[in-house]
Amino acid sequence: MNLALVKPTMDGAASDVFAIARDRLPGKGPVAEVRQAAFEDFAQKGLPHRRVEEWKYTDLRVLLREVAPLAAPPDQAVLDRAKKTLASLDVNGAHRLVLVDGAFAPQLSDTTSEAGVAVQTLRAMLENADVAARADLLRTNVASDAMISLNSAMATDGAVIDVTENAAPGKPIHIVHVATQSKAAAFTRSLVKVANGARVTLIESFVGADGAAGYQAHDSVVLWAGDGADVQHIRLVEDARDAANIATAIVTLGERTQYRAFNLTSGGAVCRYQAFLRFGGQNAHADVNGVSLLNGRQHADNTLVLDHAVPNCTSNEVFRAVVDDQAHSVFQGRINVHPDAQKTDARMMTRALLLSDEAEADNKPELEIFADDVQCGHGATTGALDDSLLFYLRARGLPEKEAQALLIQAFVGEAMESIADETLRDVAIATAERWLAARG
Amino acid sequence: MPAELETVERVRRIDVDQYRYGFETIIESDKAPKGLSEDIVRFISDKKDEPEWMLEWRLEAYRRWLTMQEPTWARVDYPKIDYQDVYYYSAPKQKKALASLDEVDPEILKTYEKLGIPLREQEVLAGVVRDEGETDGEAPRRVAVDAVFDSVSVATTFQAELKKAGVIFMPISHALREHPDLVKKYLGTVVPTSDNFFATLNSAVFSDGSFVYVPPGVRCPMELSTYFRINERNTGQFERTLIIADKGSYVSYLEGCTAPQRDENQLHAAVVELIALDDAEIKYSTVQNWYPGNSEGKGGVYNFVTKRGDCRGKNSKISWTQVETGSAITWKYPSCILRGDNSRGEFYSIAISNGYQQVDSGTKMIHLGKNTTSRIISKGIAAGKSQNTYRGLVSAHRKATGARNFTACDSLLIGDKCGAHTVPYVEAKNSSALFEHEATTSKISEDVLFYCVQRGLTQEEAVGLVVNGFVRDVLQQLPMEFAVEAQKLISISLEGSVG
Amino acid sequence: MSALLEVRNLQVRVEEREILHGLSLTVNKGEVHAIMGPNGSGKSTLSHVIAGKPGYEVTGGEILFKGEDLLEMSPDERAAKGVFLAFQYPVEIPGVATMTFLRTALNAQRKARGESEYSTPDFLKKVRAVAASLNIPQEMLRRGVNVGFSGGEKKRNEVLQMALFEPSLCILDEMDSGLDIDALRIAADGVNALRSSERAMVVITHYQRLLNYIVPDFVHVMSKGRVVKSGGKELALELEESGYAQFEDQAA
Repeated sequence: MNLALVKPTMDGAASDVFAIARDRLPGKGPVAEVRQAAFEDFAQKGLPHRRVEEWKYTDLRVLLREVAPLAAPPDQAVLDRAKKTLASLDVNGAHRLVLVDGAFAPQLSDTTSEAGVAVQTLRAMLENADVAARADLLRTNVASDAMISLNSAMATDGAVIDVTENAAPGKPIHIVHVATQSKAAAFTRSLVKVANGARVTLIESFVGADGAAGYQAHDSVVLWAGDGADVQHIRLVEDARDAANIATAIVTLGERTQYRAFNLTSGGAVCRYQAFLRFGGQNAHADVNGVSLLNGRQHADNTLVLDHAVPNCTSNEVFRAVVDDQAHSVFQGRINVHPDAQKTDARMMTRALLLSDEAEADNKPELEIFADDVQCGHGATTGALDDSLLFYLRARGLPEKEAQALLIQAFVGEAMESIADETLRDVAIATAERWLAARG
Repeated sequence: MPAELETVERVRRIDVDQYRYGFETIIESDKAPKGLSEDIVRFISDKKDEPEWMLEWRLEAYRRWLTMQEPTWARVDYPKIDYQDVYYYSAPKQKKALASLDEVDPEILKTYEKLGIPLREQEVLAGVVRDEGETDGEAPRRVAVDAVFDSVSVATTFQAELKKAGVIFMPISHALREHPDLVKKYLGTVVPTSDNFFATLNSAVFSDGSFVYVPPGVRCPMELSTYFRINERNTGQFERTLIIADKGSYVSYLEGCTAPQRDENQLHAAVVELIALDDAEIKYSTVQNWYPGNSEGKGGVYNFVTKRGDCRGKNSKISWTQVETGSAITWKYPSCILRGDNSRGEFYSIAISNGYQQVDSGTKMIHLGKNTTSRIISKGIAAGKSQNTYRGLVSAHRKATGARNFTACDSLLIGDKCGAHTVPYVEAKNSSALFEHEATTSKISEDVLFYCVQRGLTQEEAVGLVVNGFVRDVLQQLPMEFAVEAQKLISISLEGSVG
Repeated sequence: MSALLEVRNLQVRVEEREILHGLSLTVNKGEVHAIMGPNGSGKSTLSHVIAGKPGYEVTGGEILFKGEDLLEMSPDERAAKGVFLAFQYPVEIPGVATMTFLRTALNAQRKARGESEYSTPDFLKKVRAVAASLNIPQEMLRRGVNVGFSGGEKKRNEVLQMALFEPSLCILDEMDSGLDIDALRIAADGVNALRSSERAMVVITHYQRLLNYIVPDFVHVMSKGRVVKSGGKELALELEESGYAQFEDQAA
């Protein structure tokens, strides 16, 4: 293992991606400098591979091979195709913000203003020389990661959302990413600031328009939730079956903040969702849950890093993967309890259900604990459907597939139940039902 | 909370000078020049009067080692080791081959006496490392001992009786001369010379260690044990142990280790290979008590060990039990390759760290055969300013249908300046594999301590009680004589860690 | 008229071991048969093979149910045809609410038989009525199947299903295991209420005790994989007196 030669730099093709795109990337001066530095960092690291511990099970040099060229800005025909895709995706009553191929599409978005919510586009802010801290929009405080750097270098657009103090918008905010171009990449970054005492639901959807194939969605979300804020964060990844979705969430919580996240992955060929969550104030709570429903040759990776940096916070992670055919599920969860983060209570439970002999599940639930008065635990199980349960159901008259479906639904149900909003829970459950129905 | 403040205070004062085995033996020794080169490898091989193929094997490993880099993935932190500043060979001076134990240097005999290790068979018969009253009324069990002092084996007891049973138990340097075919057939087949930085170094320069061969159908008539002692200054110890349990045989092997208290760090890089053929069982127990360094974190042994068992035959079983209390740094992952159908691997571990000790230890259970099972029970206790990491891998190969694993790793923190970490990798490539993993980290409940203290126990006794309960599952796996010793060792290791 | 259940010279292996060595049994509509025998005589194996549990290899003989080859059918097809096994140890299914389970299973069976599915109000009415008669609180029906149920509750849940699915053959595998007298009486009353001229029952038990509550028409004694003696209900009392030892010798 010591002899491995690690390619230190990217080949010409990846450098070209940046060089060719550079003129089209919004923001001059300090913004361009941040982009340049970020790209150099990415170029120096290259695509993550299995010898990078955090990417051990998701080797992008094998799975992605290369970064696709930046998608062209959408024209009217593209917007029409995107619109058709949106029709099937309506979350009842949500305030919708649509990004098509990495560009904000006002024509497709809900532009009515809502009390307590201010929406701007990342592009406009990067290009506005009056925004003093515009370059900071592309900076993050997370430990160096090649894909975050690539995203910082290439981000073209995104939503910049401010929810004002104590606001409680009646509608969820729904960011929809639509890809229409094949073999092209979209790079987006959204920044969400939820002020003290505000209460909001954020939904993110990732979909491909009919005919979009082999595209790449590179996204990042930077979310701050202030003291006493209550944030629900739902992700639905339903990309085309040959697409890649590489996404990062960077979440910082204040005092007494409630954060409840749920990530559902059913689409995409290669998906990586990495969430870095930091407790910045005491007495906060986070639920970080997820379900992956995979078949064919899908590969989905959920990597969660929770930093208990202050005392008296609690966290709970529940993750379920259903893996069929030759699909591959990865769960990496790390709980860091910093020195002095006493009275931390952190739990993590990950379970994988393998439905085929060629399915694969890798779990790496880690605990890093530097404080003594804590309650931390994790559990991980991997296995097939329980034969005795299956037989019981079949002896009661359920055909095999139906019996399996019932048990699979129960298996993912525990994680789904954690979605507090009933409408959203139904959206997630409906996705699972579609997946099961497609299994035949 | 006064109790907690007191704990912190005690932790601050913690002094590992309570290490009981820190004395030094003054004897003349025969050393190779400092540093490592092909010449040193040749020197060692020559000293051991080894066959030519063995020298070639070592040289190949040495050349490979030159191209390798020290691993950095473990959660241990230490100044860079200067591999040219170490003696790779040191042996007590002796004029001729020993005819009997009486010819062993009396200083060495005294050393082992002080350590409580019986090298005289009649003493063994009279009872081994007995705890007062603990084993009264039972027939004393016998333990055959191989004593390794720095780079060489100085005595091996009960050889004649073992020979009668057909069991070969001797220093590996002797085995290379007396049973070259057996050694050649198995050496390096579990831990190849290219395996990792430390194992490759060991392959180049190992000086001694034990060799065990249990023939088909034989149940080894007594416990076998090796006692390792690093004495010489600046000397690395690189022992190599090879145990083969042929079809249907059984052997239980124990290993103990200590070193004198010294300010500089001592390097220990051992390799242990176990091979269990069809229906064979090997039980391997370790009580590791190398010098852990002093209260400032100065000195102590760097313990970089590669231990691996190969359940090569069907229905074979390998069980590792370890009590790790010593060493400044422990880097150790006794593993099982479950190759034979229906084979079973077990790993029971207690790892205690105090002072500035750093432990990164765990196991790998590699399921390759059908219906293979494994069980991992790990108990980590961190006190003082130590760091204690469990790192483990459980994997099921595509063809390992019906593989089963159960893992429980629990950590206990004593004081708020230490760290406990759990890094498990669980990899399933087959749907009929059933893996269950659970881990917890907590501190000793103040309520429990108070309850005990209210019932009349001192704070320290109460902690001892809780800790003993915490490690009980693992202690039960140790042969009895060792369990008693280990229990004492645990309380010594934690002395001063609580208020 | 053909028998409801006809087991002919059944031979069954589990892995390499033969458990049933040529067992025959005929059960007609309206009859209640008790199968008794010591542990390891093959009673539960018989019930599992009739229901179609995987892991058993039928190496000889046949099982006809309503004249059809039962061994050719999948477990769910057998259930739809009217075979009901009340399990000795009903499994717990976390996450699947009992009510959901009941409706899904009932409708699957009806669909397989080409019958229309129950409407929700009709279904609820039916379940409530049956549950009330078995002293099963509504709250239990909302919980996961058998999750957190006591031994008695699990058995009552089995009887509830029996009543709901209206099978033509009920096999009760060691229904009394783990039940105290009161729980046993409630469960047995439930079973007795389901006795009818259109339905047959096979009651598998180690002890005669259960047969005080569910009185059989016929008693068969099994030993070492065969029926070694058959008779009327008095045979059970005889066994109570003399034990199984005499039969073990016969079978050997």
